[in-house]
Amino acid sequence: MNIVVTVKQVPDTWAEKKLDASDKTVDRKSVDNVMNEMDEYGVEEALKIKEAHGGEVTVVTMGPEKAVETIRKALSMGADKAVHLTDESLHGSDALATSAALAKVISTLSPDLIITSSEASDARGGVMGALLAERLGLPQLTQARKVTVDPGANKVSVERLADNGYALVEATLPAVVGVVEKINQPRYPSFKGIMAAKKKPLTKLSAADAGLDAGSVGLAGATSTVVDAQPAPPRQSGTIVKDEGDGGAKVAAFLAAQKLI
Amino acid sequence: MHFELTPDQEQLRAGARELARSFADDYWAEKDQKGEFPWDFYNAFAEGGWLGIAIPTEFGGGGLGIAEASLLLEEIAASGAGMNGCSIMHLTIFGLNTIVKHGSPALQKEILPSAADGSLHVCFGVTEPNAGTDTTRITTFAEKVDGGYRINGRKVWITKAGDSQKMILIARTTKREESARPTDGMSLFLIDIDRKHIDLRAIPKMGRNAVSSYEVFIDNYFVPESARIGEEGKGFKYLLDGLNPERILLAHEALGIGRASLEKATRYAKERIVFDRPIGQNQGIAFPLAEAQIRLDAAELMARKAAWRYDQGLPCGPEANMAKWLCADAGFKAADQAIQTHGGMGYAREYHVERYFRESRIMRLAPVSQEMVLNYVSQHVLGLPKSY
Ligand SMILES: Cc1cc2nc3c(=O)[nH]c(=O)nc-3n(C[C@H](O)[C@H](O)[C@H](O)COP(=O)(O)OP(=O)(O)OC[C@H]3O[C@@H](n4cnc5c(N)ncnc54)[C@H](O)[C@@H]3O)c2cc1C
Ligand SMILES: Cc1cc2nc3c(=O)[nH]c(=O)nc-3n(C[C@H](O)[C@H](O)[C@H](O)COP(=O)(O)OP(=O)(O)OC[C@H]3O[C@@H](n4cnc5c(N)ncnc54)[C@H](O)[C@@H]3O)c2cc1C
Repeated sequence: MNIVVTVKQVPDTWAEKKLDASDKTVDRKSVDNVMNEMDEYGVEEALKIKEAHGGEVTVVTMGPEKAVETIRKALSMGADKAVHLTDESLHGSDALATSAALAKVISTLSPDLIITSSEASDARGGVMGALLAERLGLPQLTQARKVTVDPGANKVSVERLADNGYALVEATLPAVVGVVEKINQPRYPSFKGIMAAKKKPLTKLSAADAGLDAGSVGLAGATSTVVDAQPAPPRQSGTIVKDEGDGGAKVAAFLAAQKLI
Repeated sequence: MHFELTPDQEQLRAGARELARSFADDYWAEKDQKGEFPWDFYNAFAEGGWLGIAIPTEFGGGGLGIAEASLLLEEIAASGAGMNGCSIMHLTIFGLNTIVKHGSPALQKEILPSAADGSLHVCFGVTEPNAGTDTTRITTFAEKVDGGYRINGRKVWITKAGDSQKMILIARTTKREESARPTDGMSLFLIDIDRKHIDLRAIPKMGRNAVSSYEVFIDNYFVPESARIGEEGKGFKYLLDGLNPERILLAHEALGIGRASLEKATRYAKERIVFDRPIGQNQGIAFPLAEAQIRLDAAELMARKAAWRYDQGLPCGPEANMAKWLCADAGFKAADQAIQTHGGMGYAREYHVERYFRESRIMRLAPVSQEMVLNYVSQHVLGLPKSY
């Protein structure tokens, strides 16, 4: 199995997210950056499939120089090699432009399986898997809480999370699979894994190396524009319901008033 | 001159941090209260290969230096694991240095791989009730007999002895009064903790209660000649080799507890509203925390310098001692201020800072007391006459 897993470096989940005042892109300089937490599940699943069926796991990311830290983390967890698409001209790419760039890189790797997570915690678009599948002309299985690969039959099936259970869906390989957190427990990089990571092949590509047309990526190629942004209002203090034997009814009345039930 | 960690060191630190922080403060509070050895934590680090970080690669370790080992232990302490988390492994990580340096090839092959994979637990038996800081006064005696030694004596404060298979032991092989110099006539041994000949009694103590320290009674215990590390009579010299790395490591542990304390205190100072404002808005709360930060950062510089010098093979006695003094002091002050910041809740177990406080207190006493560091600096750095 030749597995590609996409990962993204994002501002630390707990950091207050800000936009750069000059171009309204996510400010990645003033905060700690980490691997998108959901992507850890993708990497873990890729490693498990590799452990079961053999093969190779390639990590693909697009992002600034610093994103190499996230690549190294994935390699420390056990991925075999990585491709880092990084170029000043890519700064400001929107989801469409990013998917075009990633699809181009991924297609050169001829994977049997592409694993993405459901969303990245910075922009929370949740569309990258679908965009990649569309651009690569591959089937996509989303919201997977369990993945079973049958390389002999050239098939992948997943338990797709649904409101009241799961749906069993399958596709032929190659395919794009999107995983949810319920799927596994990502491993921690081991000491030896961290030491081994730096010796693993890491290909760094510029936009030109990847054969990307300058006008199609970055702020220039973005099809959407951020016009204005406001910081999120500070969180209001919650309503405290005091239980005097009628706590349940009060909570229900509150939720009904908010049109939540 | 530059002060940056290498990318490798950054990655190792991030990895250690992540794994250590997967064990919450409540885990440690429970282990501390119940006096239970934190096996899950130990095993997680052993399985991840972390314990071999500084053991030579030919014995299955990572072959890295004290700088990397220090970052590991600092992160463990800073995760909230504190001394409970560090004491279960710091001897494996660097205490076997004497065997790396002076042990026979057979001993190295027997011991180091199992230390690297975490299956071997060792403790360090130096302190004695009637010798204290003056190690030359130890009376535990290994008498030469046919094929080995017969050991009798008593040690105190031996951490983890009850959970260890082996002990590195310093004992006299020649009486003090019969030795040319007081520091002669002592030898190092690696002995099995055979409970038929070694009686252990845990010492009820103030903190770090997930890991016991013991009174050790050794009674007529025969050990083979192969248990001796290096040459007979050179034990004290070998011991000295290990003192600087030990001080450097524990300095980083103290630093870690200080960081954990300050993190908790700062968060609380932002959130706790009294007199209609966060308490951290009062300079009476803010300034001591700012001071704690300054002291920790300054102490860190000395500790890093000491580690760097050791790894470069440069003399590092003054730096290792000063690092231990500065970090122990900064860590303790930060923990004390964390309690103060929490008000009454600082005294409650629920907020964990009282646990940090109890643990940070140890560092001012062990592995060497603050006073003995001042003695060292007075004598060896300033050249003042020895006072004792
Ligand atoms: C939690 C804990 C764990 C420990 N673990 C271990 C272990 O695993 N193995 C081990 O061998 N030991 C261990 N120890 C022992 C520790 O190393 C000693 O407690 C420490 O070295 C101090 O020795 P002492 O307790 O005998 O104090 P003493 O030597 O009795 O000193 C008492 C006080 O007098 C001061 N003092 C003594 N001489 C002088 C002087 N000349 N000038 C100025 N002041 C002086 C000391 O600084 C100290 O404050 C541990 C101790 C603790 C508390
Ligand atoms: C063992 C113990 C027994 C107790 N027994 C009793 C008892 O029997 N009865 C009882 O009523 N209470 C009791 N208390 C509560 C005790 O009186 C309070 O803990 C104490 O008054 C501090 O209040 P607090 O804990 O709410 O701290 P907070 O008011 O939250 O203060 C937190 C920190 O902020 C500082 N701070 C707050 N405002 C300012 C400011 N404007 N400027 C500078 N610094 C500021 C405080 O000095 C403190 O360091 C007890 C507490 C303990 C620990």
